[in-house]
Amino acid sequence: MPAAAASCPLTARQVIDLYFMEHRAKLLDIAAFLDRLERSANDLPAAPDGRDDVRVRALRQAIPLLVDNQPDRVRRILDLLSDHSREPIAAAHTQSALGADPYGTY
Amino acid sequence: MAYIDPHIHMVSRTTDDYRRMAAAGCVAITEPAFWAGFDRSSPDGFRDYFRQLTNIEPKRAAAHGIAHYCWLCINPKEAEDVGFAREVMSLIPEFLDQPNVLGIGEIGLNKNSRNELAVLEAQIELAKRHDRLILVHTPHLEDKLKGTRLTMDALKNAGIDPGRVLIDHVEEHTVGEVLDRGFWAGMTLYPDSKCTPQRAVDIIECWGSERIWINSAGDWGQSDPLAVPKCHIEMRRRGHLQSLVDTISLHNPAAFLGQCGRFHLPG
Repeated sequence: MPAAAASCPLTARQVIDLYFMEHRAKLLDIAAFLDRLERSANDLPAAPDGRDDVRVRALRQAIPLLVDNQPDRVRRILDLLSDHSREPIAAAHTQSALGADPYGTY
Repeated sequence: MAYIDPHIHMVSRTTDDYRRMAAAGCVAITEPAFWAGFDRSSPDGFRDYFRQLTNIEPKRAAAHGIAHYCWLCINPKEAEDVGFAREVMSLIPEFLDQPNVLGIGEIGLNKNSRNELAVLEAQIELAKRHDRLILVHTPHLEDKLKGTRLTMDALKNAGIDPGRVLIDHVEEHTVGEVLDRGFWAGMTLYPDSKCTPQRAVDIIECWGSERIWINSAGDWGQSDPLAVPKCHIEMRRRGHLQSLVDTISLHNPAAFLGQCGRFHLPG
């Protein structure tokens, strides 16, 4: 992206003051989700790092991107969660989407 | 302040929502044809829906001083049955001359299937034949990136001027390609999917304010008909000027929609 250093009118201090509590809460929500998953009855094939669902595997791959000190975190996470194939599929067998590429290598 | 919500499904909303939107400054809306939450059992279900969009909904909006415009199509979720879709498409020309119809939309892809693409191409041709604007729905979640690219390729192959197409529901991984290829981009403000108000403002800060707008896409699901004015609050609390808010939510939509001579702001 053409990202623009200092394209946000706020100072770093103002960004932290405005948004820290909101994102602290979101971080705790992710932690609580993973804890809840481990406490749940396992009706999925066991995996070394938790329940073996493609969405959870994708989430676990995405989390390190938050702290790799590289820019464009949102775009890179959306890319990770996306189907990158180029050809139309033969037929639609469902109307809904999962949130992660069901054929992705997570 | 006056604003336009250029994508909202008022057939799914209450009269109270119209009242609250008017109180917040909404002066005009455009309503694309979409999936009702279930598959309709016959093309006649669409005929009634198109009557609702062209005849009933404008009156509900006018009662609150809001101008109502619409887009007609068969949505991609009901496009897997090509024969059914062709029957619905055959109904559209009889409604195209209604005074509040701006163009064809929201067309696009859902699961990126061959049949969805065939129906998309047919509806692009319909818009081209009648020289109408196009409003594009891009797929959800993991299907968005691929579907956005397939849709832009189909539009290019049909020789459509990208300046007459709004590609909606862009996010950080699609907005760049959409703008770089000359299309208009819409950001949809949803609580859990698409863009939050914060991310929409981030995208404006990174990509600028040219050929871009925000909308609520309020419908029967988790959505907020006041998402647009709430995003304005997010812009102002970051210190953005009112002129930028007006560009995103009034001047840009008016410029794109005004390419159809039927679109006029009230007053």
